[in-house]
Amino acid sequence: MRRRILPGFGLSLGYALAYLGLVVLLPLAALAWKASAIGPGQLLHLLAAPRTLAALKLSFGGALLAALADGAIGLLVGWVLVRYRFPGRRLLDALVDLPFALPTAVAGIALTALYAPNGWLGRWLEPHGLKIAYAPAGVLVAMVFVGFPFVVRTLQPVLESLESDVEEAATTLGATRAQTFLRVIAPVLLPTLLTGFALALARAVGEYGSVIFIAGNLPMKSEIAPLLIVQQLEEFDYTGAAALGTAMLLVSLLLLLAVTLLQRWSRRWAEVRA
Amino acid sequence: MSAAAAPRGARRWRSRAARAGLVLAALGFMALFLLLPLAAVFAEALRQGARAFLAAIAQPEAGAAIRLTLLVAAIAVPLNLVFGVAAAWAMTRFEFPGKALLGALIDLPFSVSPVIAGLVYVLLFGAQGWFGPWLAAHGLQVIFAVPGLVLATVFVTLPFVARELIPLMQAQGGEEEEAARTLGANGWQMFFRVTLPNIRWALLYGVLLCNARAMGEFGAVSVVSGHIRGLTTTMPLEVEMRYNEYDYVGAFAVASLLALLALVTLAAKSLLEWRYGHEIAARATGARR
Amino acid sequence: MQASRWALMLAMALGAAAAQAKDLVLLNVSYDPTRELYADVNRSFAAQWQAAHPGDRLTIRQSNGGSGKQARAVVDGLPADVVTLALAYDIDAIADHGLLAADWQKRLPDNSSPYTSTIVFLVRKGNPKGIRDWPDLVKPGVQVITPNPKTSGGARWNFLAAWGWALKQPGGDEAKARAYVETLYKHVPVLDTGARGATNTFAQRGVGDVLIAWENEALQARQELGADRFEIVVPSLSILAEPPVAVVDKVAAQHGTQEVAEAYLKFLYTPQGQEIAARHYYRPRDAAVAAKHAAAFPQVRTFTIDQVFGGWRKAQARFFADGGVFDQFKPGTP
Repeated sequence: MRRRILPGFGLSLGYALAYLGLVVLLPLAALAWKASAIGPGQLLHLLAAPRTLAALKLSFGGALLAALADGAIGLLVGWVLVRYRFPGRRLLDALVDLPFALPTAVAGIALTALYAPNGWLGRWLEPHGLKIAYAPAGVLVAMVFVGFPFVVRTLQPVLESLESDVEEAATTLGATRAQTFLRVIAPVLLPTLLTGFALALARAVGEYGSVIFIAGNLPMKSEIAPLLIVQQLEEFDYTGAAALGTAMLLVSLLLLLAVTLLQRWSRRWAEVRA
Repeated sequence: MSAAAAPRGARRWRSRAARAGLVLAALGFMALFLLLPLAAVFAEALRQGARAFLAAIAQPEAGAAIRLTLLVAAIAVPLNLVFGVAAAWAMTRFEFPGKALLGALIDLPFSVSPVIAGLVYVLLFGAQGWFGPWLAAHGLQVIFAVPGLVLATVFVTLPFVARELIPLMQAQGGEEEEAARTLGANGWQMFFRVTLPNIRWALLYGVLLCNARAMGEFGAVSVVSGHIRGLTTTMPLEVEMRYNEYDYVGAFAVASLLALLALVTLAAKSLLEWRYGHEIAARATGARR
Repeated sequence: MQASRWALMLAMALGAAAAQAKDLVLLNVSYDPTRELYADVNRSFAAQWQAAHPGDRLTIRQSNGGSGKQARAVVDGLPADVVTLALAYDIDAIADHGLLAADWQKRLPDNSSPYTSTIVFLVRKGNPKGIRDWPDLVKPGVQVITPNPKTSGGARWNFLAAWGWALKQPGGDEAKARAYVETLYKHVPVLDTGARGATNTFAQRGVGDVLIAWENEALQARQELGADRFEIVVPSLSILAEPPVAVVDKVAAQHGTQEVAEAYLKFLYTPQGQEIAARHYYRPRDAAVAAKHAAAFPQVRTFTIDQVFGGWRKAQARFFADGGVFDQFKPGTP
């Protein structure tokens, strides 16, 4: 129906596909082509090695946890920034982008400086048995840091466009605060929150620069999957690196696809409710 | 009258308490997680005083790095801006098979490890890559030169604008645009008079994020840079090199410049919002049925 | 309009690399800790060259990074006229891709390594854990900082120094050497990806009791980070680290820079070049210069990689390749 009324379908989709093809798909095709040179025996040896599995578990498990944390914190911060007026709000708003603007290596160095046993925070945490730098918890901290702005920045425009008179109407009609949130706000926000979650997840899975500084990088314990790729490269083994990279990418793509489907379902659910 | 006022007063008080609690929680998190690392960066940069800070920035390599970083961002961001608008329009105004796949593809660069994002361009344009021999025969250098830096940056920041626009345009729906078309506007008129004003703030957010990330990108750029001092080192690479030379003040001075650049772009955004504030408010109330 | 301007800029940027090759530009692709060394070398050499060839305009450019990463960049097309890296294996990899002759290491004296270093220990002031020699590193409660040999060239020297020492002990054999090195890595709480990262972890973050490092790195770190905070301990036996240099024939031929590139590397062997190397904490080969700086470099018994391991290629395949000896260790698990 709509397709007839609104113009530009061919142009916009065509341009988007051509651009994606050139900038993303062609290079990734080169990666897949390089990876395909690996023999099945070598692939199995590479992917089924306990060390690889441990690294993949840390990268994906850590990223999932970090994205969940980002989702919760991001919702809170986004809500506060959009809904409330208080001194210093603009400054806070600007700070949200810091994890994007700081080079990942700087973020890693700064976080390590804070959480190391002699750091501002580490010296208080370590005596209580909370080891963050040079432990898997450090990986998580770095991942939460790099993924955080995604959630806030995807939520903000939608929160801003969310009409507060709908909520007011709901309140006037006798809905409690919790009811208003669950029935009116949540259905609209959920798809966007999922987007933010997916982006934070995707970013955390591949993160390298900030994590290697704080992780400790011990095999089987605090070694992330991208570090294994770098190790393959150090041996001039482009094929192994490409194979590992492609495998990570496929899992990420599946995760992103799952979130997109979840999003559609939640949107349909929101429409039904409305 | 007075009987009704009491519960309303209690409710208002509770609402105020809830609001203060939320604000405090958000403030606490931001202070711990964002302000503290930022403070650490500036503390390190200024550890030996303002003079050492200024001397570190005044080195010619720092100037070259700043210029290169701005050049790369100035090319990469507009490219991704146009892509973002086109992709968001297609994704939110039309139904077509494979839409979910396209959505996932747009996000894909976020999930590609920076290490791989650099590697793919080496595989394409490196001396051993697909186009390497052809480029060498024509005396062209893509990786280890500016074009490679731009490509890696475009790749890493590709999703930002699109991702910012898609949820908003989805939430807005296409009714206004349909109305414009029905009233006889042509495609570009509709786009510039209806769509663009509706999405401009999200667009601005997207561009700012894209820009911040473009200037701060380290991993992918590091692979395709070649690290030639004063020629192919962007600011993040300069930071790493100085850190590796135990020049901590220099490293954090350049890093604090990057953080400042991001803060300046956001200040510009706030200024725009303040300047055109009434206009947006008017439009928003006008748009509301 | 806007788009065409960007296109023009892109085209100009593409063309820039092609247009520059006219002048005499020398690109030295080196590893991390040599920046200041070569900043000095470049200045002195350029002055000398300029005096002898008044018509030329010589610009020397410098690239620094991890040794393996730099070698990869050259293989992938970074147009290096000369490479000055941390280990011969990395230049071998460049030679494998036909960019220079396979026998490159025989072209200059002393295995093409104009300066050397060795592996020493950096400990905290007062040496609280009493670290004197290799056996002290595996005492209970001692934490050792060394980077990951899979990602750091420098760390491979550390690994091989430890192995070689254990092998050369009375009654030492391959099994005992392996057991010692395996135990050593159990004392490592953090595996940084590069030598500089490891130094920063040890010095800035206060992690670990002893850092295994190149002597020049240890001396420089002590100088830059506080001579009053750290001490250097020289072990009874160590490895002779030979960072090699070479002209990348194919690139130099393309640029027409063979002559200046060769002169540049030969300059490193002159008394003037040796003096600069010594000032930057590398051990000079020249006997006269070495005698002058004897106080800075204590006597140490060393072995070479060729003597004990049969060269870099063999050592790399046996210890550091995928599934090699290091991959069978479990670092950080006491």
